[in-house]
Amino acid sequence: MTTLLAGPFNRVEGDLEISLDIAEGRVTAARVNSPLYRGFERMLIGKDPRDALTITPRICGICSISQSAAAALALADLAGAEPAPMGAQAARLLHAVENVSDHLTHFNVFFMPDFARPEYAGRPWHPRAVERFTAAQGGAVRAAIEARARLLHIVGLLGGKWPHTLAIQPGGVTRAPTLRDRIRIEADLRAFRKYLETQLFGDGIEAFAALATADDLSAWSTGDAALFLEIAEDLSLADLGRGEGRFLSFGAYPGPDAPAFARGTWTPEGPPPLDPSQIVEDVSHAWMLGPAAHPSAGDTTPDEEMRATAYSWCKAPRLAGRPYETGALARQAVHGHPLARALAARGGDVHSRVAGRLLEIALTQLLMEDWARRLDPAAPYMRHVRLPDEGQGAGLLEAARGALGHWIRVEKGRIAGYQIVAPTTWNFSPRDASGTPGPCEAALVGAPAPEDQPTPLAVQHVVRSFDPCMVCTVH
Amino acid sequence: MNLLWLQSAGCGGCTMSLLCAEGPNALELLEGAGIDLLWHPTVSQASGHEVRDLLARILAEEIPLDLLCVEGAVPRGPRGTGRYHMLAGTGRAMLDWVRDLSSVARHVVAVGTCATYGGMTTAGENPSDSAGLQYEGRLKGGILPAGFRARGGLPVINVAGCPTHPDWVTETLLMLASGALTEADLDALARPLFYAEHLVHHGCSRNEFYEYKASAETLSDLGCMMEHLGCVGTQAVGDCNIRPWNGLGSCTSGGYPCIACTAPEFEEPRHAFTETPKVAGIPVGLPSDMPKAWFMALASLSKAATPKRIAANATAPRVAVPPTLRGRKP
Repeated sequence: MTTLLAGPFNRVEGDLEISLDIAEGRVTAARVNSPLYRGFERMLIGKDPRDALTITPRICGICSISQSAAAALALADLAGAEPAPMGAQAARLLHAVENVSDHLTHFNVFFMPDFARPEYAGRPWHPRAVERFTAAQGGAVRAAIEARARLLHIVGLLGGKWPHTLAIQPGGVTRAPTLRDRIRIEADLRAFRKYLETQLFGDGIEAFAALATADDLSAWSTGDAALFLEIAEDLSLADLGRGEGRFLSFGAYPGPDAPAFARGTWTPEGPPPLDPSQIVEDVSHAWMLGPAAHPSAGDTTPDEEMRATAYSWCKAPRLAGRPYETGALARQAVHGHPLARALAARGGDVHSRVAGRLLEIALTQLLMEDWARRLDPAAPYMRHVRLPDEGQGAGLLEAARGALGHWIRVEKGRIAGYQIVAPTTWNFSPRDASGTPGPCEAALVGAPAPEDQPTPLAVQHVVRSFDPCMVCTVH
Repeated sequence: MNLLWLQSAGCGGCTMSLLCAEGPNALELLEGAGIDLLWHPTVSQASGHEVRDLLARILAEEIPLDLLCVEGAVPRGPRGTGRYHMLAGTGRAMLDWVRDLSSVARHVVAVGTCATYGGMTTAGENPSDSAGLQYEGRLKGGILPAGFRARGGLPVINVAGCPTHPDWVTETLLMLASGALTEADLDALARPLFYAEHLVHHGCSRNEFYEYKASAETLSDLGCMMEHLGCVGTQAVGDCNIRPWNGLGSCTSGGYPCIACTAPEFEEPRHAFTETPKVAGIPVGLPSDMPKAWFMALASLSKAATPKRIAANATAPRVAVPPTLRGRKP
């Protein structure tokens, strides 16, 4: 057996190191290290609770609105308040723009460029992969960057800037759109639809959103989506990075009745209801001190000694004692989309995770168009929310990469406790006290690692299929 | 010109913002100026051993490093070891990598307020004991010495902002690539003057409200946010209201205050970000270059002169009273 230290991984957000045990050309064990600690949860202690809205988005420049929306939700929960209904709708729209931008960035800028590598020369699709997806150069890469920049005009207009908008508040949003704003937002969305339908999908997004089976998906023959499917078929990406089939979603885009994408879990044993009180963050293999705890009672004290029995700054969140995979595939499987359920039934794999994101881009575009159309230029978008001097709150929602939770405790008008569990904290968690690896660690077992690849390509595909956000992971 | 971009203790948001550059996109813009990306963690193909090899060759000066861009503050903790960020796969602290690479770079550019002055990463107790490249907050001397000069002769160029506007970064790089940027083009905190010679106040869509001190009372009101909501746009450097963000935006047009994210120590305002500190009901903090007595006198006079339209709109979320139409002059 040999050991390989892989890093720095790029085309993931933030820094990432993976230690691999390899025998007979395959990974036998993986340990994922999130190598950066900043300590946001400690920075927040003693601050005015409202400051969480300014500070927590800066955990992450790619999931900034997700962090902001979770903080706003936690503060609203603390106050026992609801945002103005139209304000909540504008917040959903802002958040959806970020999530779709992230999926788009992942597919075009982070994930696909690996198939343009010279190692794949000779494959029938390689010349097209080179043309479309060569890192920083390919036609699809650049088109996606430009389409994303235009889509983010919606955040510019409604939220001032991206990333790090302060527009989303517990009571709604800070800018009440006018009729003119709405018309402009609808125009931006039409431009984005055109990009999706001419480049990414090469056909109507309704048709992609309506795919119901793995066979339907395989038969999709247009756009960059078809190129991905062809590559995935040729390289058997459905057999790579197999997960354990336990999926978690906190529910995306909270609304007055229910989130637009449902909250819950989905497992091979059936869908047990999600009970957030069963979440525990284990620190047995993290350079953190203290006991395992529910986030509402959790603490962040780094182990300055960096003890040898631990290997990451990331804690290991577990739901009812088990690791869960989270992300677009999980979200759509939990929500009940037939294609996502069909793919997720395999347990999670490189092909399914990427297809889940493509599916969600199509579904979310439809939601955004609907929300934009119904922005009421006469309604209030903000409700005054007074925060109590004592209390607790939780904000649970879905970032692009999956389940994100903020738990706040306020004493004497100041933050006394603040804990954050981000999607990649789930997916890239280290082992827990029972030795159970995190989802990515488990998915890497069995990945080909030939001797002539010092940073095995299959490992890179598996890692990137999760779209990790390392700056969120430890925060 | 070769460019290497590293990310340490930050959020990656300055890169995410950079990718919002338009007309042309960021990659084309750099390409057009003859800037080659040796490696950027977000967009480059090279990963793992390929990056380690590249870094080794740069340090051995086999590959010239013209532009070193660092995004994020750099952790010195725990206890001065820098181990709160070991660059993956290398077993070395980013602290050591940045110091070593800075010594072979022609120009060093700190991108964002974390890399320049410490920024949000150093908020609160500064848990990771991070600092900016050449500053720790307002104090000169960060992870590089106060007197550091890159081989090209310039100190670390501080493109501050949280996040940076994409154009601030690309235009700074283009100026460096053209050889035109000199020390005289930087302000006293080493920020490029082309954006730091403006105040966020310049071009603010709320200026008419400011003129009359017609103030917003809650977030989402249209009025000036200086009196109650913590806005320091009259003191903060940046061309944010002259050069729009993401098409049409700016913080103040988005309905929330400027928090001076281009300034050192913005992360610790010593009051809630969205609330103006006051002494005896009078806001603390004057517009830049404004004598206090004059400001007080003008403010009380203009407040008394506030037209009804402006007073009504200041506390409304949308224009409640449009401007009066005047007839043709006789």
